[in-house]
Amino acid sequence: MTDTLTQQWTMICPYNRLEPERGVAALVGGEQVAIFRTFDGSLYAIGNRDPIAGAFVMSRGIVGTRGDAPTVASPLHKQVYDLRTGECLDEPGVSVPVYNVRLRDDMIEISR
Amino acid sequence: MKNLVVVGNGMVGQRFVEAVRSRDTSGEWRITVLAEEGRPAYDRVRLSAFFDGVSPEELSLHTPDDEVDLRLGEPVVSLDRDRRVAVTGAGEYPYDALVLATGSYPFVPPIDGRDLSGVFVYRTLDDLEAIREFAKGRRTGAVIGGGLLGLEAANALRLLGLSTHVIEFAPRLMPVQVDEAGGAMLRRYVEDLDVKVHTGTATTAIRPRNDGEVHGLTLSNGEWIQADIVVVAAGVRPRDDVARAAGLAVGDRGGILVDGTCQTSDDQIFAIGECAAVDGLCYGLVAPGYAMAEVVADRLLGGQATFPGADLSTKLKLLGVDVASFGDAHGATEGCLDVTFTDPATRVYAKLVLSDDAQTLLGGVLVGDATAYPTLRASVGGPLPGPPLALLAPESEGGGTGAGIAALPGSAQVCSCNAVTKDQIIGAIHEGCTDVGAIKSCTRAGTSCGSCVPMLKQLLAVSGVQMSKALCEHFDHSRQELFEIIRVRGIRTFSQLVVEHGRGRGCDICKPAVASILAALGSGYILDGEQAALQDTNDHFLANIQKDGTYSVVPRIPGGEITPEKLIVIGEVARDFNLYTKITGGQRIDLFGARVEQLPQIWRRLVDAGFESGHAYGKALRTVKSCVGSTWCRYGVQDSVGLAVALELRYRGLRAPHKLKSAVSGCARECAEARSKDFGIIATDNGWNLYVGGNGGFRPRHADLFASDLSTEDLVRLIDRFLMFYIRTADRLQRTAAWIEAMEGGLDHLRAVIVDDSLGVCDELDAAMAQHVGAYEDEWRATIEDPERVRRFTSFVNAPDTPDPSITFEVERGQPVPALGERRPVALGLPTMGARQ
Repeated sequence: MTDTLTQQWTMICPYNRLEPERGVAALVGGEQVAIFRTFDGSLYAIGNRDPIAGAFVMSRGIVGTRGDAPTVASPLHKQVYDLRTGECLDEPGVSVPVYNVRLRDDMIEISR
Repeated sequence: MKNLVVVGNGMVGQRFVEAVRSRDTSGEWRITVLAEEGRPAYDRVRLSAFFDGVSPEELSLHTPDDEVDLRLGEPVVSLDRDRRVAVTGAGEYPYDALVLATGSYPFVPPIDGRDLSGVFVYRTLDDLEAIREFAKGRRTGAVIGGGLLGLEAANALRLLGLSTHVIEFAPRLMPVQVDEAGGAMLRRYVEDLDVKVHTGTATTAIRPRNDGEVHGLTLSNGEWIQADIVVVAAGVRPRDDVARAAGLAVGDRGGILVDGTCQTSDDQIFAIGECAAVDGLCYGLVAPGYAMAEVVADRLLGGQATFPGADLSTKLKLLGVDVASFGDAHGATEGCLDVTFTDPATRVYAKLVLSDDAQTLLGGVLVGDATAYPTLRASVGGPLPGPPLALLAPESEGGGTGAGIAALPGSAQVCSCNAVTKDQIIGAIHEGCTDVGAIKSCTRAGTSCGSCVPMLKQLLAVSGVQMSKALCEHFDHSRQELFEIIRVRGIRTFSQLVVEHGRGRGCDICKPAVASILAALGSGYILDGEQAALQDTNDHFLANIQKDGTYSVVPRIPGGEITPEKLIVIGEVARDFNLYTKITGGQRIDLFGARVEQLPQIWRRLVDAGFESGHAYGKALRTVKSCVGSTWCRYGVQDSVGLAVALELRYRGLRAPHKLKSAVSGCARECAEARSKDFGIIATDNGWNLYVGGNGGFRPRHADLFASDLSTEDLVRLIDRFLMFYIRTADRLQRTAAWIEAMEGGLDHLRAVIVDDSLGVCDELDAAMAQHVGAYEDEWRATIEDPERVRRFTSFVNAPDTPDPSITFEVERGQPVPALGERRPVALGLPTMGARQ
């Protein structure tokens, strides 16, 4: 992957700060982002705001799978979101933003 | 000292002696009991339990009392009222007062062959022992009489392995208690047990074989029934022969005539129980007999009690069938109306008798399902407690057959959070929704509080959709099966479980369920290693998430007892962290509005002051509520606070399929509302009564009495096993109420498992609880003492000093509440009038 000039990466934390199948919240340019590490070690980043409840809690949801999709469930009312696309799998038409995430020198970085 | 002679040592006679002994504190009466039977009083109501293997000793009601001269096998043969002596074969007993409690004798109709060898009556333990002896090696039996006693006798013959017939002269079984349709329903149950029923026909003769033993019966309809043994259960008659011979007045239809004080025509002689005819009426039930015993005991010691009359309502289980009748069961009241309900499929029959304006309940009959009996009996003479059909239709809850929900109208709201009706859900099922998840995403039912999910399952079941027991898409097993897999195979991680027995990486359904199972099997701190990823947010942050993403904190206050010093600490913590405070329903204090990063700071203060986690966030024991009990209360009979504290400390931290609530009341006034709890305890004069399966919340249910008058030690052992068996076998998120209702065999089965150890698991259950109690540690103390564990409580991983800017508060009634901004609903209050120009 090559960085484009328009893409700005923000350094977040060391990789091992994330527990497997759990998320953390981060502030990226004033926006709240939820970053997850799945069981196979992959990283995903989505908006931290639960679009249904309106609270910033997505990073505290349970990580798992539905079919092949890596997922997180909102901790408030348990709607499940596809971590790859941000689509809500239980409520058609509802979604959360998705962020680019990468690992560089064992540091997690996010871009909008 | 005056002489009191009691004639008869049956249930009522025994109760009378005990009543006098407990009141006669100054030793006014010297008591002599003269009894016909060779064994002291026993529980004749449960007589048939003898054939279920209950020993005569277990049926005994006798308590040794040196002050009572009990003479067994010495019946009174006559009374000399002039000399005031009772005469037996062995001697004479002078009396100042004499009480006749001679009971009844079985009525044997005057038919040929009644004296043959092999013909028995069904009244005493000796009768039953003789029946059992004679039945050995024989194959057929007949019972003359299809009433209550006749059916019990028929069941006894059946249990002895005999092919059994019942002959009843009336057109139906149990003619006294039930009406024709009820009798017909009862007959179907009885015939299912291979008992042959002959109604509307009389026995004309009992015929002998050549050897003189009974061979069979001829009936008035011409039938011949072969029977190697015959039991006559054609009713009872009051035992008034001695009284009659002594010249005491007797009733027109027998029975020793007494007034409302149970005094006979001789003011030194009283009669109680089945032998007494109170104002001419004999009572064949034990409860009125006990009431009479109390009246006479009171009067002999200077009291003024009178017999209040008796309620002849009965509820019983006959051959496994519930039968109940109450009030005017036969509709004898002029102009009365019947409402009947017959369901041949579930074999339930019910009838309500209403006043001519259909406003007042007069009586009724229930066969097959008598769960409505307590409510209905209590309502006799008053307005109906609900629409008649709703009262009669059997209700099924928590995963039963779904008959209850089938009775709901289509317009009824099943999910009240999202206003989804039964019709809408049925529609969704018909359009192809085959599981709860599909119904949720299609209709939104069950997506908010989730309380209606069991009803969604029932609707799927009644719509003919085969319900999978699979927990979720990752496991084909039920929670109970997973529990056994994990326990037996010693699996310690979710990863191992899902690789060996499931697929994928789990979800918000299976992960917390497995976390709870691992915790129940003693896996230690619930956030260690991989377990942390399994926990729902509440368990993960050891606090309760609220709608704005903040958490609430509930320190444990065992039994609701708290010192002023600790109250002050809670107040200071709430003030210093700007937390909203509210007293909970469980006698605790909830502190709202804490951000994740504040939780360890708050708990450092609370732990230092001696508080520990209240587990309000867990599917775990919450609170053991209590009333103030005998320590302060003038009515209290036991130390309810002490027991509540001990139970709460014993079961704190115990992870379960759902939350567990409990309460202890110090007397029958029940101020702690124990019967609305999963396990509730109510004090008695002799110990504790244990109730199980209560529920508040979405579907309120009173707990059922499980065991009575327990010592504290026995009580704790039963609760230990109850909880562990629940944890092992319940479904995910199934409260104890639904668990018991869904259990095959219900409360009786539960009793068999944890009292009689019918499954042989009690040792394991006891050991599991001992392990839990021994390994308990406070989760919050364990958290704040470990910097690695504290590190989870961070607002932003890259800006730990920045609090979540989305969390803001405003003030309502002097306390912080979430600021709603533009989402604020229209304020409640009186409309304001704008000033007009």
